[in-house]
Amino acid sequence: MRLSILDTGHSFGTKVLFAFIRTVSRQPTPEPLKLIAYRPDFFGAQMKTVTHEAMRGPSGWTVGDRELMAAFVSKVNECEYCIKAHSAVAARAYGDQAKVSAAPADLDDAPIAATLRATLHMLAKLLREGSVAADDMSALLAAGVSREQIEDALAVAFAFDVTNTLAGAFGFTIPGPKAFEAGAAFLLSRGYR
Amino acid sequence: MTDIEASRKALAARILEGAGNADAGVRRAAFDGSAVAEPVRSLLEKVGARAHEVGDEDVARARASGMSEDEIFEVVVCAAVGRATRRHEAALSALRACTKAK
Repeated sequence: MRLSILDTGHSFGTKVLFAFIRTVSRQPTPEPLKLIAYRPDFFGAQMKTVTHEAMRGPSGWTVGDRELMAAFVSKVNECEYCIKAHSAVAARAYGDQAKVSAAPADLDDAPIAATLRATLHMLAKLLREGSVAADDMSALLAAGVSREQIEDALAVAFAFDVTNTLAGAFGFTIPGPKAFEAGAAFLLSRGYR
Repeated sequence: MTDIEASRKALAARILEGAGNADAGVRRAAFDGSAVAEPVRSLLEKVGARAHEVGDEDVARARASGMSEDEIFEVVVCAAVGRATRRHEAALSALRACTKAK
């Protein structure tokens, strides 16, 4: 972390919680947790609500689909920490590692539904170019993606655009694979609240 | 359907209008992606466009100019949420435009 407050500036109670999490998981405190637990009244408390709603709220997409979207958005934004974290959650949610490994690398050959593939293409354009056209949305609707599913995918993209940007700016340290596995088990059972 | 509108707006309102260490005008400029004074300007330009390229030196320069870590934390959060908000609203507006035309 480039700001020492994000490593060591937390309240006493939060530090106790971090110590407990390290003991139970036998892994370092996850970087995103350090971020959202720092002065939660300013950012983290509201951000958790946004992210949980986008990732676990009612949706025409499954949890696996939304975690894959999160990993994919992170790929477009070149956020290595978030790619690893959310690929691990998606693989657990789907029970299928191959599906997840292929999607960010090669969208057109990935073994995913056509509606999800088309949606990921739209998200990639949005994040690369900063906007999409009404025609892009018409094409998605014509491909069988519902208006509600488009809005839900945009919610995932919003949450992870914020998170990817902050991970890059604050310099999240990337731990080993066991840490991501532990994090994925937690996020799958508990969500983002 | 997922509905993040209320929580997304509450987040923006909190970071822009609530209490903070950084000046509210600077937080607003960071959110809007409009010009702020150097050296935080180069940091925020990277945050808004290519955050993965932010380096230790970008943050160090902002610190050397007299900004506290808390002020940097706040303006970077504002820049990140502002960037994502512009993209989100552009996409929703494209969706509205095409469903209206039908």
